[in-house]
Order: sequence, then structure tokens, then C-alpha cells
Amino acid sequence: MELCQLTAHELKDKLVQKEITATDILDSCLQRVAQVETQVKAFVTLTEESARETARAVDEKGDYRGLAGITCALKDNLCTKGIRTTCSSRMLENFVPPYDATVVRKMKDEQAVILGKLNMDEFAMGSSTENSAFFPTSNPWDLERVPGGSSGGSAAAVAADEVIYALGSDTGGSIRQPAAFCGVVGMKPTYGRVSRYGLVAFASSLDQIGSLTKDVTDCALVLNLISGYDKMDSTSVNAEVPDYTRFLVPDIKGFKIGVPREYFQAGVDERVKEVIKQALLKMEDLGAMVEETSLPHTEYALPAYYIIAPAEASSNLARFDGVRYGLRDTEAENIIEMFASTRARGFGPEVKRRIMLGTYALSSGYYDAYYLKALKVRRLVKEDFDRAFARYDVLAVPTTPTVAFKIHEKSDNVLSMYMSDIATIPINLAGVPALSIPGGFVDGLPVGLQLIGKPFAEGTILRVAYTFEQNTDYVGRKPKLGVN
Amino acid sequence: MALTGKEVEHVAMLARLKLSEEDQKKFGEQLSAILDYMKRLNDLDTEKVEPLAHVLPLHNVFRSDEARQEFSREEMLANAPLEESGLFKVPKIM
Repeated sequence: MELCQLTAHELKDKLVQKEITATDILDSCLQRVAQVETQVKAFVTLTEESARETARAVDEKGDYRGLAGITCALKDNLCTKGIRTTCSSRMLENFVPPYDATVVRKMKDEQAVILGKLNMDEFAMGSSTENSAFFPTSNPWDLERVPGGSSGGSAAAVAADEVIYALGSDTGGSIRQPAAFCGVVGMKPTYGRVSRYGLVAFASSLDQIGSLTKDVTDCALVLNLISGYDKMDSTSVNAEVPDYTRFLVPDIKGFKIGVPREYFQAGVDERVKEVIKQALLKMEDLGAMVEETSLPHTEYALPAYYIIAPAEASSNLARFDGVRYGLRDTEAENIIEMFASTRARGFGPEVKRRIMLGTYALSSGYYDAYYLKALKVRRLVKEDFDRAFARYDVLAVPTTPTVAFKIHEKSDNVLSMYMSDIATIPINLAGVPALSIPGGFVDGLPVGLQLIGKPFAEGTILRVAYTFEQNTDYVGRKPKLGVN
Repeated sequence: MALTGKEVEHVAMLARLKLSEEDQKKFGEQLSAILDYMKRLNDLDTEKVEPLAHVLPLHNVFRSDEARQEFSREEMLANAPLEESGLFKVPKIM
């Protein structure tokens, strides 16, 4: 095994034992990037030089606490001081932030070795990374298929062993869905667990930063690093952050797992259902009590989300007006025309579509019928979860209705693309945490098992995921990519 | 429900998006299809349901009103498409 193929905790052990250096890890990752990046295309920007400096500094100090010295990368909507942050959009192609996002500052304080910025659907709007204004990213398990999205670059880079772990953001499934498609572990923490300061906003009441890792232990380590209250984000919650590695106990005897039947209805591939059923049988074998339940408003989550998220986006993206940063159409003769033509040039079709949809839903005469209605339905969706969590420790469902689809398969059918997030969206509306873990395979492609927890009960999810991981062999399987 | 060309134009104006005629037609069709799909929300009686804008029980978050200087003028102007005399420059407004 090359170093780049190992997990963060395996590498950390080797660092502490002085068997290897942070520079060795970086070199191994760079070699892997040289080998596979032309096929995968996960990176928008490589920051080899600053990564090398950090690795050297960690090695000189010899202090390998936390995730110090481990090579990682960031979704390109997390602001990095002095390094361009594009959101995979023409609008921000040359934008160089004057500050670090809070999560980036935490990683720098820890001396994480940041190798670069990863491709995504433009402004995090999409489910396949085909909406990147620059290039699509491929799924390392099958280069003809999408890696999922919007954090597709993050999932693909980790699955392809180009980096050891990555950060992403999740507004309606954008960490979990690509994690499922690429066979890695993806965690969307509780809304408020991780500061959003410096995350370019898409839908502020739904966005949350999280991790894409090779296993559950790494997930706990990254969560330890990024969680916590931040005065720069008034929606981050001032609650104690436990050491998440304490939850890595391979025992779920007596745990109550609810399985909402609505997540197994029409549209879910039979083979995906079968994989999830087998995974649930495994949980039962391991001593958990698995029981069918119901979240009756599930089918209404998707339409409510596609009103709320675009409405918030239309407001958030109003800032891209060509005045203070980003693209500007310099030919426009007056300021109104400058706004409109700058935005026409800077945004791709999906971003425009969502701005239009959100603007319409908020416009005079339609606000009550669409936006207000959607907010009421959001409460019903959240109350479904409240009721379920009065009975169950976690809920288990498929992360996605199908395995990774082919590039171009859905790019012309807007609603069909939206449907690929049907099992992840309700979780964002409710603000609860959820994790996707490889739960099995269909035709050599990974299937994600999604575990959903109570607010701030990431630890419980980690314990269930860890127990599953330790008793199956799905986590850690590698695509054949680059092995010729 | 189908959005008329005029409605699409109006929304584009509100959103400050210049759309080509082709875009207008395409968005009109796509938005109509999406809005049709949204109609299923009307299956639910929500008359007595309070809207939920935000999952956290947060209301106003206050901090003391103290000025902080975190960025220099140069840093704030570094990404400006056009600047002059330390100010953002824009085309004429009137």
C-alpha cells in the first residue's frame, strides 16, 4: 500500500512512531495526483508549494497532534486567504479572499497540509458536479459516471486517494450523495455544529460544512477539528463539543433503529433497496432493534426544499453584482445594465434557474402560495423527525435512490436531477445530522447507507457507523483506477 | 401553470438577470414544470401550521456595538473590478 491509500488515523500512528514524515505523505499524494488527476479532475486549484511548506514545518516541529501533517483538500466554496476561491463559477474565477473561513483557520492552526481546492457544482447547486463552469469531475469507480454533487471533487479526490480527507458543504445532500456515489464516508453535522463563517452562502438556513473521509474513525477526527461555536457565525451553537473518538465503540446492542418506509418507495432501485435491507439485517445481527416506521411528510420535502433553497439563494447571490469583487461586464453603459449583464455572463444555467425560481417564489403575489407554504411544510417535515426520535436512536435509509449515474444522463432533465437528492433533502430541512457510509455494492458501484441522528447526536451516528464498518468489509474498498 | 413570457421577463428584471430570448423561452418552460411539481404541497392543509424559517431556537443574537478594523482599504479593494482613489468605481447611475 502506498501512503496515500491509508486513512488519516493510520498515517497519524506512523507519524507519531516516526516511521514516516508529513512530507512523505504529501509526496505520496502528489504522486497519486500526477497519476490519476487527468482522469478524475477533482482539483480546481493545486497549492503544492504552500502544502510543502506546511509539511516541512510540521516535520521540523515533530508534533503530530490531531490531524497535523495529514494531506487534505477543501471544496472550493470555503474561503482561503490568498488562494482563489471560485465556487466553480466564472463569477468568482479570479476571486482571492482576504480571509480564511473559520474551518480553514482551524485546519491551519492544526497544521493540516492543504493540497488545494476541489471542484463542485457551481455555487453548490447540483447533484453531479456537471454544473462546474470549468470541467466535470469523474467518479473514480467508473470514469463514465458522475461523482455526485455538489461536493463531487471532494468525494472523488478522497475515493481516488489523491488526498486523505476533504471538507465539503451540504445544503440538500451535497456531502452525503457524492460520498455514497464514491464509496467514502460523508458527514453532514447538525445545523449549527460547525461555523459557516467563510463558506460562500447558498441557502443559509440549510448549509452546513462537513467531512468526506475514508473511514468512520477519520470522520470523528475531522469532526473534532471543525466543530464548535464561533462568534463570527451567529447561527453556530454554543454547546460543548465532545471528543467524537470516544464514540468509536463497536457495540450497538439494544440500539433502536427506525427505518422509515417512505424512503423505500417508488423510484428507489430494487438492488439499492436489497443492499440496504442486508445492511439492516447486519445491524439486527449485531444486536440492534430494527423496526419499520413512518415519516409521513417525506414526499413533500423535495418540493418544499426547491422553494426554500432557491429563495434563500436568490437573496444570497444578489451580492454578485460586479461592484466589489468577481466578474464585471465593463461594456455596460449604466449601472442597472451592468448588474444584469454581469450576472448573465457570470452565472451558469442552473444558478440562473434557481435565482429565477427563488425570485419568483418571493415575489409579490406569490410569497404566500410558495415561500410561506414551503416554510409550513418544513415544520411538518421537522416534526416527523421529532416524533421518530422520541422512539429511535437513529434512522437508517438509503442515501440515494440509485448508484452513480452516467455523465449527461440527467443533465437535460432538471426535475430528474433534483430527484437524486430525495433521500437527503429532508435531513437539511430538519437540521439534524446524518452520515453516509458504504453499505454494499451494486455492479461494482458503491451504495450509501444513510444514518440520521438527533440534533447534536453525531456521536450516536458515529457509534452505529463504526460498528457497521468493523463488522463488514465495504469501507476501505478501492476503485481500480490508475492500476494498469 | 405556465409562466408567460412577460412574467419571466418581470422575474428576470427583479433578479437583475439579462436573459436572451432563447433563455427566456427555456426558463419559462422549465420553471413552469417545476412550479407544477410544487403544486403537490397544496395537498397538505397547513392552515394551522406555524412556518419554520430556521431549525434553531435562536432569535436575536446581540453583541456589543464596538467598531473593529479587520481589513485594510487595500485588502477590501483588492478584488474590485474597477477602483479609483480608494473607492469602488461603477458606471453612471442616473
